[in-house]
Parts: sequence; structure tokens; C-alpha cells
Amino acid sequence: MSAAYLLHLADNALILGQRNAEWCGHGPVLEEDIALANNSLDLIGQARLLYQRAAELLGDGATEDALAYFRDVPDFLNYTLLELPHTSALLPTAASDRDFATTLVRNFFYSAFMVLLWDRLQNSNDSQLAAIAAKSLKETRYHLRHARDWLVRMGDGSAESHQRAQNALDHLWPYTQEFWTTSPHEQGAMQTGLGTDVMALQADWNAIVDAALSEATLQRPAQGGFVPTGKQGVHSEHLGFVLAEMQSLARAHPNASW
Amino acid sequence: MSATDKALSEWPLWEIFVRSKQGLEHKHCGSLHASDAQHALQMARDVYTRRQEGVSIWVLPSAAITASEPNDKSEFFEPSSDKIYRHPTFYVIPDEVGHM
Repeated sequence: MSAAYLLHLADNALILGQRNAEWCGHGPVLEEDIALANNSLDLIGQARLLYQRAAELLGDGATEDALAYFRDVPDFLNYTLLELPHTSALLPTAASDRDFATTLVRNFFYSAFMVLLWDRLQNSNDSQLAAIAAKSLKETRYHLRHARDWLVRMGDGSAESHQRAQNALDHLWPYTQEFWTTSPHEQGAMQTGLGTDVMALQADWNAIVDAALSEATLQRPAQGGFVPTGKQGVHSEHLGFVLAEMQSLARAHPNASW
Repeated sequence: MSATDKALSEWPLWEIFVRSKQGLEHKHCGSLHASDAQHALQMARDVYTRRQEGVSIWVLPSAAITASEPNDKSEFFEPSSDKIYRHPTFYVIPDEVGHM
């Protein structure tokens, strides 16, 4: 049960890290390309620490690499939000396979949630998770600042940037509902003191989001719609493609080292 | 015109100065395009300090710099080349001063 909670946190960081890395070499400008790669490397670094801790708890020869590269879709416990492609469902052109607004709105939603969660997890009764949380909090504060800054620039920018930001917001909003459901491994971690009560973060998250949206002159979408279940292992069709690309090298050359 | 070209033509250029340690001065380390000063600061953080190069960043608009002209070289800089007496190397330093 404890390991499942660490895997949930690790999978979140790894899958979003992989998604942000897809911008490497394709950023709108060189500086943003580097910024998203930095963000990705922070997340993959967090994932490594969490997988190492999960592997210790699992024992039985588990390793961070095996957890990242040799588990399949139903084993991954990340939020569905984080595995989605960088396209808004409402984008006017299907050819735009990387929509910067979608990437940044997602990073905003996730980092606004994680600054609150990492802050609480500094008090975890697992001293290693508490230390990982303290390190990750600093990184995540910057991710939030970066994503929020862009959200405001896009929302309060040109007519096109405003529309793209609003489209991304409308598209991704329902997926944030998964933050406010409690999975069995979160419930278990909360009871043992490893984790925390995620529901208690909702008011603060709303305050961060509402303040940014109002500064960005964007409309908060109405609540409702499909509530995803990625953190319980039931994913969208997109995660399989993410894993196929991310895991193929390690699976083609098992036990390779570089 | 690509989105990148458009950004570069619309975003002004900023000069970036990074202080590597407390007590040292800010040093010029490069320049980048950004839409405003805060944006430049954030981009400079990602581009110029990701390998622990700094503890403080200054950005300033490149347009705010007034630079000497290469054509002025003969009147600006060359007259000093034969005035070696302007270097304080013709004094004998008393021993009690120690290292200077």
C-alpha cells in the first residue's frame, strides 16, 4: 500500500516529465525550449527519487529502472491529465500537434496542486518522502511561477493567445477533477501518516487558480463532466503511446547500461 | 515568417548579467529576446543559471546601452598606447606596505 502511493507520485512526475520533454528541440523559442527541458529534468529527477524509495519498500529485487520501464499501462498510477497529448480538443487545426497553451495550462494545474501537496508531504512520517518533498517543493514553485506567468501572458495577450489559452483550459479542466477523488492507496497513505488528505488542498488550489485566471482575464470552466481514473490504473488511450516510446529502448536492450 | 522569427522580431533584446557568488560583481554573460523585463529574468534563469552559475541576475534592455563606435577606435583608444607612465609601475613600493 505504501509503495503504491509512492508509485502514484513517481508516475505523475515521470509521465509529465516525458510529455514536457517532447518539446525538446521544438520549443517556440530557444529559451522556452530550455525552460521546458529543465522542467522535464526536474520531474524525472523527482520520479527517480520516488521510484528508488518505492523499490526499497517493495524489495524483492525491484529497481527504479524496472519500475519505470517494465510496468504496463494498468500498473501506472498517474493522473490521466498528465498523459494527454499537447493538443487541445478544440484547436482549429488538427495539424497543430503541439499546442503550447495546452502544455502550459496542464503544467499550471499540476504545479499549483503539487506545491500544496509537496508542502504537506514535508510532514510525512516517512523521512525519505519528507526529504523528497522538501527538495521537490522548491522546483515545483518555479514550475508554477513559469506556467502561471505564461497563462497570464497568453490570457491577457492577443486575441489568438487568449482563445488558445481558453480552449486549453476548457479542454483540460474536467481532468483536474481527478485531484479531488480519493483512491485506495491515497486513503491508506493518509491513514498511516505517509500521505495527507488531498481533499484538504482543494480550497487553496481553487484560490491559486482563480487568482491566476482573473489576472489572465480567462473564464473558469463549469464543473462537471467525466471524472478520470488514471491514478487507479484505468487510463486514456494515450498512455500506451507514451510508454511505448519511453520504454522501447530499455525493453529492446534489457540490462543495458549507459 | 515562422513563429520563432516573429517572436524574435517583436520581442526586444535584453543583456543578461549574472553574479556567480555573493561578494563578486555581476558579469555580462549573454543576451536574449523576451517580451518584458520579468520575462527576460525568467528566461535568463533557465538559460544562464541551470548549471549553478549564479546567485543573482540582472537584465537590462540592450537598447539602453550606449556603446562606443568601432570607427572611433583611433581617437578613443589609440592615444593611450604610448603613455606607459600612466601605469603606476615606476614607483618603488616600501617594504612595510607589503603585498599590493
